[in-house]
Amino acid sequence: MTTTNPDLLAQVRDGADVGPVVTSTATRGTRILGVLTIVSMVWLVVFGLGFSPADRDQAEAVRILYVHVPTIWVAYMAFVVTAIASAMVLLRSRKGSQASSSLGWDRLAGASAEIGTAFVGVTLVVGALWGRLTWGVFWQWDARLTTTALLFVTYIGYLAVRRLDGTHRQRAKRSAVIGLIAVLEIPLVHWSVRLWRSLHQEATVLNTDGDIDMDGLMLFSLFVGVIAFTLFYVWLMMHRTRVMAMEDLIDDRGLDEALAARRQEGAS
Amino acid sequence: MSVLIAAKDLRVERRSRVVTNQVLPFAGVTMVIFAFALDKETVLEQVAPGLIWLATMFSLLVLVQRAFAIEADDGAIDTMRVAGVDARAIFVGKAVALAAQLLALEVVLVLLAIVLYRQTVPMDGVVLLVTTLLVATCGLASVGTLYGGLAAGVKGRETLLPLLVLPAVAPVLIGATRAVESALGTVGAVVSDGWPWVGLLVVFAVAFGVGGSLAFGPLIDE
Amino acid sequence: MEDAGFIIGSYVLTFAVVGVLAAWVVRGGRRLARRTPDAEKYWT
Repeated sequence: MTTTNPDLLAQVRDGADVGPVVTSTATRGTRILGVLTIVSMVWLVVFGLGFSPADRDQAEAVRILYVHVPTIWVAYMAFVVTAIASAMVLLRSRKGSQASSSLGWDRLAGASAEIGTAFVGVTLVVGALWGRLTWGVFWQWDARLTTTALLFVTYIGYLAVRRLDGTHRQRAKRSAVIGLIAVLEIPLVHWSVRLWRSLHQEATVLNTDGDIDMDGLMLFSLFVGVIAFTLFYVWLMMHRTRVMAMEDLIDDRGLDEALAARRQEGAS
Repeated sequence: MSVLIAAKDLRVERRSRVVTNQVLPFAGVTMVIFAFALDKETVLEQVAPGLIWLATMFSLLVLVQRAFAIEADDGAIDTMRVAGVDARAIFVGKAVALAAQLLALEVVLVLLAIVLYRQTVPMDGVVLLVTTLLVATCGLASVGTLYGGLAAGVKGRETLLPLLVLPAVAPVLIGATRAVESALGTVGAVVSDGWPWVGLLVVFAVAFGVGGSLAFGPLIDE
Repeated sequence: MEDAGFIIGSYVLTFAVVGVLAAWVVRGGRRLARRTPDAEKYWT
């Protein structure tokens, strides 16, 4: 379902030059997804802040987890998508086939990483708030937090590589390499940090490795959260990849125009 | 081929002496100013292994910039590729040269730590210490060469390189520091505790050595 | 009860980011769609 205007359509039929008729990246798929996302997010708030009970140990602070866990979940999923798309970029460009197909994968990788990074950022901040309530501190250097912080910085680096000067193919290949290295790096970092922190068994007051026992309504709220944010991720990806395609197009067109102008100067 | 490239890099260094005249002093200065920031001598003694590796990391960034600056000026890497040189050979060659320079730098840093931070090297820690230096260096050289290749000749590479390299070498920083702590007996660490960390460093070196040589090709091709 | 503040704050922050991302991408889509020819829009 595109944004259509019957008068505009009539003009196009009459052959008038009215510019693009499609004026957004929305389609029927995204509208449906969008509605589902909003519904599930509302459901999440209602259950997370309302119907679900307080926790035995954490009291009301457990409610934060209903948004905190979904955000990091989406981030992990996004980075896995980036890795797979990066692998596809490298495989496609190796075969020397159409540049366009590998660029499609490249846009997928880039969009996913952007969303992932944003969500890791939110995870870190919200996690700090939760930590303040449950542990009494905003931050500590345990395995999970340290690795998440490094995860964030690593993908900031990935995004920076995407912004380097160069052709779209260069961008695709460079960031594909970084994207794949990142998914190798992160488990390695996690492993080292786990090993490291296991040496420093602090008082069990701050024991963070034990996962919280959830059941019933609490688990359900968490589940709703994961669904809601996953839907949002897909919706956002659809829009963002379309926007990126247009950005690249305009980029290329700008280059073509510059080249044409240069040639004209040469000719005259 | 890699040998030729490594030899070429080291010859460039021998003639220009940039590392000995600038990078080593930089590392030395870093060790000194750590003492300014961390006032207590007892603290310095305890964190000495960490400071050695911190200074190494900062120097690594400088060394990598240097290693690829010498190529960028003449477009040498592109020339090599056009001439049909395998990207993996270039990677290994540059990594070996980088490792050699890094190793020399680390030895100096350890000596400085012995002098400035009152570290001692017990006899049974020597093997661990040397092994750690060797293995960690291989990992660092691989990471440095890989990201250096990516950032080479690109605007803003000076600021991009640290952003990419430092998170990536976090495992080395963790592992190498713990291993050296065990080797030197700092904060009561025992030599036998250090070997698992060397294991981690080996995994890191292999992962980035292999991964780096494979990834280097796509990175430097246009 | 500072707890409530943190909890509400977490939700507000999370949904604010969600909203900002959504607005940014939809706004960008509309702006760029005006500047590109329909033939290239593969989603139609």
